Amino acid sequence: MLNSWGYAVKQAFKQAFRNRAMSVASMFSITAMLLILGLFFILVVNINMVSETAKKQFDTIQVYLLDETPYEQAAGMLSELNQTEGIKEASYLSNEQAMASWRAKWGDNAYLLDGLENNPLPNSLLIKVTQLEAADAVVAKIKTFEGIEDIKYYKDTVDQLMKVTGLIQVGAMIVILFLVIVSVVVVSNTIKLTVLAREREISIMKYVGATNWFIRGPFLIEGILIGILSALISVGTISLVYNKITELIGQEIFVMLSTTMVPGAFLVIHLVWIFLALGVSIGACGSIISMRRFLDT
Amino acid sequence: MIAFDKVTKSYGTNIGIQDVTIRIDKGDFVFLVGPSGAGKSTFIKLILKEIDADKGSIKLNGMEITRISNREIPKLRRNTGIVFQDFRLLPKKTVFENVAFAMEIIHMSPRSIRRQVPQVLSLVGISSKASKYPHELSAGEQQRVAIARAIVNNPTVLIADEPTGNLDPDTAWEIMRLLEQINLRGTTILMVTHAKDIVDRMGKRVIAIDKGRIVRDDASGSYGAYEDERLKACVLAGGVFNDNVK
Repeated sequence: MLNSWGYAVKQAFKQAFRNRAMSVASMFSITAMLLILGLFFILVVNINMVSETAKKQFDTIQVYLLDETPYEQAAGMLSELNQTEGIKEASYLSNEQAMASWRAKWGDNAYLLDGLENNPLPNSLLIKVTQLEAADAVVAKIKTFEGIEDIKYYKDTVDQLMKVTGLIQVGAMIVILFLVIVSVVVVSNTIKLTVLAREREISIMKYVGATNWFIRGPFLIEGILIGILSALISVGTISLVYNKITELIGQEIFVMLSTTMVPGAFLVIHLVWIFLALGVSIGACGSIISMRRFLDT
Repeated sequence: MIAFDKVTKSYGTNIGIQDVTIRIDKGDFVFLVGPSGAGKSTFIKLILKEIDADKGSIKLNGMEITRISNREIPKLRRNTGIVFQDFRLLPKKTVFENVAFAMEIIHMSPRSIRRQVPQVLSLVGISSKASKYPHELSAGEQQRVAIARAIVNNPTVLIADEPTGNLDPDTAWEIMRLLEQINLRGTTILMVTHAKDIVDRMGKRVIAIDKGRIVRDDASGSYGAYEDERLKACVLAGGVFNDNVK
């Protein structure tokens, strides 16, 4: 058995080399498919990144307290909230602290705040939820408390964002699925051409007494080999192009969406595995599908 | 040993062979003659189990091949060497590789391949061309490679389907002598041919098929006898004799 697989691997290399025009053609079609796939993959990953960042930024609920609410009452709320499920952390922010953080945020322009006669900011509670989805329940609970002026949170905005990104993700997934099917068809047709070119060879193999797996083996490995090569080529190309793109517009993206692009190295590590898996399965499926007709006895 | 017992095979309304009973013993050298479409190919395809018989029993070396499963076909074919008119060598393999290939298929070790291939190549007389590709060889040399490939695994039966059809007369005779030599080693040879002069001069057993039936089986026959019968039949039927010989 080992011996015959060794034979198949050796034959696969020889075949691929001797039929290099066809091998290169198959490789080009798989590579093209993987490049388009990669494009969508990058899109999806980056959109995910944006929406995750957004989720993190908007996981805080701000509760403004009435001026007459004493600290003791606020502390009571805090201790109750800290025992509530879905809350990561609840803290008290006095109006002085709030002013200090404003000053810090405004930096050089903080002198403008000096003109204020008294602190107009309310005392507030800052509540961080573990998951944005839990925010509604938390808000409903807070509404039952007394001494509250206003509750601010960004669930609606985030919901909207999630809806859009979700749609884009589903769309991209459909396109990716479609592309995978198309590439299997294209590759199986390309390999069918190489098989057709070797139809005679296959019939001779059968006359000499080769089993179907013996005949299929080298073609299968050839397909896998082509798949692996295509995967590596496309990952290489994508990482080069992607790094160039991050270099060029990464800064603008950061300014616009206040999130960085997914780092190239991270992307490549994942893409390598995905593309290898895809390339190998496309190559293998393609060769098995294309050989079926020739191996029926 | 090949034994057909009341074998019938038809393709729709066309008859391949009908009610054929014949026995070819181990070590025989048999010519199978007949016009195109007479059923010669059907006969061979049945032995190779490329097609299945409708009725009857076919035994090869005592094994009932009408009942074996598709999975066992490769094993069956390893017992039957086959040579074609158009050689059917793998164009992208060298002479050595073409022959070694038949051994690789049955999982022979690289060592025994390295030992046996040169032996067979020298038996068929093309040792010096081992590293050439088929297109670099003459037709006769290519047929020798095909024969080497067919016999390298020591099959009990060698089927030759018009092996001299593409060769000039001198080369054809060289191939015939080679087949005779292989026959002397104990291999049964079943040769389909249209070459009248070869059949006549070899003086071997001749089985003639026409319209799916065996019309003659002479232990030491000639092609001519068969042609005369056909001519007579044609004249009697008022037809024109149509020579099918290529």
